[in-house]
Amino acid sequence: MPETFLPESYLPVLIFLIIASGFAIGTLVAGWLIRPSRPYAKKLSPYESGNPPFSDARQPFPIRYYIIAMLFVIFDIEAIFLYPWAVAYNKIGLYALIEMILFIIILFVGYIYALGKGALDWES
Amino acid sequence: MILNLLFFYFAAVIVISALFVIIKRNAFHSAVALLVTLIHIAGIFILLNSEFLAAVQILVYAGAILVMIIFVLMFLNVTQRYRMFNRQKFIAFLMGIILVGEVLYVISVSAIKGPKGDFSIAKIMSEGNTQAIGRILYTDYLFPFEVASIILLVAMIGAIVLAKKEPQ
Repeated sequence: MPETFLPESYLPVLIFLIIASGFAIGTLVAGWLIRPSRPYAKKLSPYESGNPPFSDARQPFPIRYYIIAMLFVIFDIEAIFLYPWAVAYNKIGLYALIEMILFIIILFVGYIYALGKGALDWES
Repeated sequence: MILNLLFFYFAAVIVISALFVIIKRNAFHSAVALLVTLIHIAGIFILLNSEFLAAVQILVYAGAILVMIIFVLMFLNVTQRYRMFNRQKFIAFLMGIILVGEVLYVISVSAIKGPKGDFSIAKIMSEGNTQAIGRILYTDYLFPFEVASIILLVAMIGAIVLAKKEPQ
């Protein structure tokens, strides 16, 4: 590639990631080297505030979490679309403002629908 | 040099963790491997000087989509006993061969580079990555953007219709 630019401004991020993962791996390895290893069944069982565990942790969840997750994904994407609009706002002007208002209105219709259907009510 | 080194690191981790996504028998392990894949894809985007895409990759894919996948796994009750073992080796093998053939074909065709676009990296960097995306998305690609809002609306209504019980 003739034109490649090293993204130098991300060097601190890289150093941070290396130190963070190095610290995590380092402490695990150090603990593994130092500690004595005397496992038995009670010690290896999951810790639940002192009570013996009585069932599998992987219970099926209520389906209403699905609506919350889906709405989170959709409004997350809406927020993502707002970022490039907000930084380029002074260059693209009124046209883009109307466009963005239209975008938000369309998603607001969905929000009203969710409220009207009671999708955000936890009871019922 | 350092760029190549970083690229090979990210590419290798992407391939290995993507392999783990499909060969792990516990679906939760697959989800964690997918998280590693998605974060390293963000690294590739940064190497390609597309910072906005890298941020979107982390926020939407590694954040929202992965939460979604783990929630769906929890609804399906993927316990140790009821894991899925689909014995479809023949079809998987066939599809794998077809897919490898397609990828090789695309690579051999696109080895000849097309003409360069107007937006060189230097030009985009002078304007700012996110600013450039904003300026082009909200002027030239206005219609796809509005279609995206309709698609999001459809997804939202679809999820509510599927998951919400009608009050009796």
